[in-house]
Amino acid sequence: MPGSASLELVCPAGGLPALKAAVDNGADCVYAGFRDDTNARNFTGLNFDDAQLREGVRYAHDRGAKVLIALNTYPQADNWARWTAAVDKAADFGVDAVILADPGLMDYARRAHPELRLHLSVQGSATSYEAINFYRERFDIQRAVLPRVLSMAQVEQVVKNTPVEIEVFGFGGLCVMVEGRCALSAYATGTSPNCNGACSPGKAVRWEQTPQGVETRLAGILIDRFQEGERAGYPTICKGRFDVDDETYYAIEEPASLNTLKLLPELINVGVRAIKIEGRQRSPAYVAQVTKIWRDAIDACARDLVHFEPKAAWMADLNKVSEGQSYTLGAYNRPWK
Amino acid sequence: MKISLGPLQYYWPKRQTLDFYETVAAMPVDIVYVGETVCSRRHELRLEDWLDVANRLIQAGKEVRVSTLTLVESESDLKALRREVNNGRFGVEANEMGAVRLLAEAKLPFVAGPTLNVFNPETLRLLAEAGATRWVMPPEAGRETLAGIRAHLPAGMETEALAFGRLPLAYSARCFTARRFNLQKDTCEFKCIDYPEGMMAKTREGQPFLVINGIQTQSAKTYNLLPDLPGLAAAGVDILRISPQPEGTAEVVAAFRGRGTLSGDFCNGFWHGQPGLEWIQA
Repeated sequence: MPGSASLELVCPAGGLPALKAAVDNGADCVYAGFRDDTNARNFTGLNFDDAQLREGVRYAHDRGAKVLIALNTYPQADNWARWTAAVDKAADFGVDAVILADPGLMDYARRAHPELRLHLSVQGSATSYEAINFYRERFDIQRAVLPRVLSMAQVEQVVKNTPVEIEVFGFGGLCVMVEGRCALSAYATGTSPNCNGACSPGKAVRWEQTPQGVETRLAGILIDRFQEGERAGYPTICKGRFDVDDETYYAIEEPASLNTLKLLPELINVGVRAIKIEGRQRSPAYVAQVTKIWRDAIDACARDLVHFEPKAAWMADLNKVSEGQSYTLGAYNRPWK
Repeated sequence: MKISLGPLQYYWPKRQTLDFYETVAAMPVDIVYVGETVCSRRHELRLEDWLDVANRLIQAGKEVRVSTLTLVESESDLKALRREVNNGRFGVEANEMGAVRLLAEAKLPFVAGPTLNVFNPETLRLLAEAGATRWVMPPEAGRETLAGIRAHLPAGMETEALAFGRLPLAYSARCFTARRFNLQKDTCEFKCIDYPEGMMAKTREGQPFLVINGIQTQSAKTYNLLPDLPGLAAAGVDILRISPQPEGTAEVVAAFRGRGTLSGDFCNGFWHGQPGLEWIQA
């Protein structure tokens, strides 16, 4: 019988201070990456060197929290050894699981470190139980993170048909494209989430005040233009305004965050085992605040699942840190689609 | 090198689709991929219709493969997938790992499609063990990726690369064509049937940038590796994939057969390890 006691809260740690903030505020797990392109948040100033990771694992383990290491980009022949070395390093540091997307790397991890828990990254683009069971049979993965594309009924169908634990995104930036299947950034900038671990890298971004307003450009391409009073978003292509059939609008998606707080009882009821909070690029203060709210909410659910209602104060505080100060239920809510 | 015609990315009326594949039967292509890969709501042709098309193409001497859906979401998607895998006659191109599992279980050889994200020899080896006999490079992979894999290519594995067509850049849960008309995906009124080449999305400066095609986002520029043919051959590409367009596909095939030239707004950056939209002179 699924229950909230088995629901893990998985929080982002872009660095050691964020890791501590997550652990101190009630995260069951934190996820982190090494300081290079072996993970999908390969941004300047983020991630862990060896000393920080050693300290982070000690800090988390001393307080009963787990550390997961994301190695969720796709290695190539000429850099393969760096990815396998990262798996070795994660195992040596005593992390609780590695989050992988590449089947070749999973096979390596399973053979080199049979005791190491493997999680299938959202970058693996597995949206059906058939796909998840493939990874289970071949590499003995213990958990899969679902891309943010399924409705609640579809999530339930996946959970019912696989022994693999299912983790879903609960809060944070919303990737509207199926992760692992998006080459928009690569098309414009040559830097890709799949191979380089970065979407819309900072070096390709430009903000410019012009007579028409503030323009945001990516590799010279105009992604959006903002009038006074409008909040300028980071120029990811999927959240730009474009002209289609003579209408200019957010052709793909408005800048908004995912917030599934009010779906928490349903997620627990269908047997989801872990909720992921997005945001390794966000500040320790953000991580502390969001973690605390979700901890409180999960605990409230555990006390009384039937009568759970998100507190207005939680929603207000989460909205304050959301992209565009607005939120969506994403694909869980069928009309969104 | 062989030439293949990739799966139809757009939603055309049934008559237009059947007429198109009638012309394909007469084109000098070696391999044709049939079936719906973008949206499970597209039903102008059912699997039976696609198999009829496939039979006609076989009679015309083509090798035919059935290509599977890229984004499998529902139980009905899985049912359709199982029917494709067990079609009993034609080999299958697997476009996600669920298809790979079903094909491996049925011990059927298959083509590892472009969305399986094969970037290294270890992953290709595992897919070969599962039954893959051909792999299609991910669109963003170029000659360097290929060189790294070619050095450790599993025995008998064929290599296929997109050589001409708009780049399929992304897939989503959302339908962007429906969104254009303020419709939901589930009640989309099949608007994409009115856009046989998708809908152009321009920047606010009027620069053609992306093409909206249902849940898929394509490049506005057409990927064209015609000038790179010597490099493709040297790198060991066995099959060049051409993506169907409503107009001019025969001319594109002819050009790749060495007859004629092509004009348009082209890009080839990915092959050269550059941003995809760039055009690098061969």
